[in-house]
Amino acid sequence: MTNQPLSSWVKSGSPWVWLNAGAVSISLVMVIGLLGLIAVRGLSHFWPADIVAVGYVEPGKDSVTLLGEVVDKETVSALRLRNAGVVLPEGQSSGERFLLKIGNRDYFGLDYRWVNGPWMAEEIRPVNVVAIERREWGHFYGYLSAVKEAGELVAKGDPAWNELQQRLERSNSLVAQIKKIEKHAIGDINHALESLRLDERQLDIDGIAEGSLQHQEIAESRQAWNEQYKVLQERLEGLYRALNRDQITMMMSDGREVEIPLAKVVDAYRPNAMSRLDKLGFYFNEVWKFVSGDPREANTEGGIFPAIFGTVMMVMIMAVLVTPFGVVAAVYLKEYATQGPTIRLIRIAVNNLAGVPSIVYGVFGLGFFVYFLGGNIDELFFEASLPSPTFGTPGLLWASLTLAILTVPVVIVATEEGLSRIPRNIREGSLALGATKAETLWRTVLPMAAPAMMTGLILAVARAAGEVAPLMMVGVVKLAPALAVDTVAPYLHLDRQFMHLGFHIYDVGFQSPNVEAAEPLVYATALLLVLIIVVLNITAISIRNRLRENSKASEN
Amino acid sequence: MEETKVRHTTAARAIDIASLPRGKKLDMANESTCIEVNDFNLFYGNKQALFDINMKVAKNRVTAFIGPSGCGKSTLLRSFNRMNDLIDSVKINGEMLLDGEDINKPSVNVADLRRQVGMVFQKPNPFPKSIYENVAYGLRLQGVNDRSTLDKVVEKSLKGAALWDEVKDRLQESAMGMSGGQQQRLVIARAIAIEPEVLLLDEPASALDPLSTLKIEELIFELKDKYTIVIVTHNMQQAARVSDYTAFMYMGKVIEFGATDELFTNPTKKQTEDYITGRYG
Repeated sequence: MTNQPLSSWVKSGSPWVWLNAGAVSISLVMVIGLLGLIAVRGLSHFWPADIVAVGYVEPGKDSVTLLGEVVDKETVSALRLRNAGVVLPEGQSSGERFLLKIGNRDYFGLDYRWVNGPWMAEEIRPVNVVAIERREWGHFYGYLSAVKEAGELVAKGDPAWNELQQRLERSNSLVAQIKKIEKHAIGDINHALESLRLDERQLDIDGIAEGSLQHQEIAESRQAWNEQYKVLQERLEGLYRALNRDQITMMMSDGREVEIPLAKVVDAYRPNAMSRLDKLGFYFNEVWKFVSGDPREANTEGGIFPAIFGTVMMVMIMAVLVTPFGVVAAVYLKEYATQGPTIRLIRIAVNNLAGVPSIVYGVFGLGFFVYFLGGNIDELFFEASLPSPTFGTPGLLWASLTLAILTVPVVIVATEEGLSRIPRNIREGSLALGATKAETLWRTVLPMAAPAMMTGLILAVARAAGEVAPLMMVGVVKLAPALAVDTVAPYLHLDRQFMHLGFHIYDVGFQSPNVEAAEPLVYATALLLVLIIVVLNITAISIRNRLRENSKASEN
Repeated sequence: MEETKVRHTTAARAIDIASLPRGKKLDMANESTCIEVNDFNLFYGNKQALFDINMKVAKNRVTAFIGPSGCGKSTLLRSFNRMNDLIDSVKINGEMLLDGEDINKPSVNVADLRRQVGMVFQKPNPFPKSIYENVAYGLRLQGVNDRSTLDKVVEKSLKGAALWDEVKDRLQESAMGMSGGQQQRLVIARAIAIEPEVLLLDEPASALDPLSTLKIEELIFELKDKYTIVIVTHNMQQAARVSDYTAFMYMGKVIEFGATDELFTNPTKKQTEDYITGRYG
């Protein structure tokens, strides 16, 4: 090849096109790879894999049978295996080891176990292995030997399985009833008693003497509530007695028989006996339970609904706070303020606010919103409940406000951009019809700038939904006792602490005692967080596109 | 239609004012005055843009401002409804009387003034709203929200702007989907919906094709019965076709002002003659 074609190839611009296309493809591959990894790791967790029974002989120990799911497979060097005492044929450079989820943490001490391939005997998949999802101690794997009612044998052998499923349905509905009473009815009573206590405190503060009419009224209604409480308490006791009626006897892989109260069982299934279709149904049910359920066992089991709810709630309140504030600030800066060095300085400051590390906002939120604002609100309006704080403690409102401050520069910048793109002749057209500046702004300019405001909001939402660090200081908790929205007035409890998906990922991944159990949940939660941000963004983008349809003028 | 075509082609060929059909000879002395400008000066910062303007705009007549680019004709026009207020550095002195009232008095409400003195700009600038809402905009500003009143005014204004037949079936569609000529007539309808006394047209046809231009010119003919019209144009044929009086401006000064026939056929100043015969500008 001569020099001529090469230089003409360079001149034609092809190398640049290739370079650009290459950069785009690399970015695309990275994004798809990232999402793919999260999706595969997170979603496969819910699949009811077959349970294998395998004989396992460690040198110098008795042979044991292990029962569990194969979760992971790893190729390790022969050297490492030999160091562990595995005898390998000469010349073999590597061997395999497997991660088994053996469950039964309360009996075995750990529920995940690495086993070396060469020590494993032939594996079999017994059809009658039962996997049990428990309310405590994670999964249980074993063989069902009997179903008992109050210690008396009801069914044994094969009929026991059908019996178990019927009784499980009953116990689950009892659990649901109990939960309803404990969470709602008793919750309401506690709320009423607490507000009575506060009323009483208020009377003390106001200096109304003991034995006054008000005190008597409070005592009376307290009496009434306490009686209601007693009734509920009795109903609960009845339900608990009914719930504790049944037990099952299970045989573990090492031959021991253990008794499990049915009250502790969430679900029991026989994965080896399920068809593909059964498994698919079970899979989607599990995914739904994950999305809609409450977390259990220090967040390593159960669902993440409160975290989803908390994230969406926080982002929406933030959006409601940040949009008017940002838009008003931008309108002043662009439309009313005299453009000069001062405004330029303010604009630079606003732009730089976006670059302040988010944890700094967290510190500010804690110091200003929580302690200063919240503390003063408590002193002014919630004196009766002091010293326990109402707003003077991290909560949903403060978290949303902190994130609103964090994202307000984005909204301001985007809105200013939008305002400056409105053609001058549109404004003049409105003014020439006898509109004042404010009327022109309200009727024509702001509606036309609405898509730009939405762009700012989209960026703000994307930033806020993924932010975790500041939230840890101003309202996020590992486990919130109640959602921020419920049936007790005022229905929206901005003072409550909440759960957040981002913090949940951190908590499950790094604060959990059970690393192997937590890992897939980290991926699944991360996937959900990404999905929620995508959904929030798509909503905002579709609103913006609809606004754009209505005002195509700025592009004209 | 036949007649207008003839007029149009004649004018396009050359300036042949004598052949144009005109009524009796116009004379400023017989007119009633709508706007009177006395010793009006305007400055952009330190730069003076208008020098000692003295003129009268006759009621229910079309007055055209012609002159080369940058001569101040648009600036003068925009002074009639105080559009220049939007520019911070503008300073003025002298008198500008609308029906005998100085419009630059501090007591004058600018919004009220602009309701009396409507304006149409060079580039069509409909709002990104429906055709109906565009026309109703000025009325809504005045607090008129009664549906039947609005309906009547919208219809009347669109008919007045010769647009009704084209858009009556799509009033709720966006104005942004109309052609440039339709948009400009919509803007005129929007301006006349609030029934101003004066209509200022700032090169209303310069961004339009010849056919749309023709329609706008016909419209101006019809509108002058009801409104006093002041039009700025680059196009001398257009000024000759549509206007009753013409002011020739150059370098911020009114060089010559008089009845259009007179000015085009028998200019008294050399500069005017040079300009209208195309020797410069």
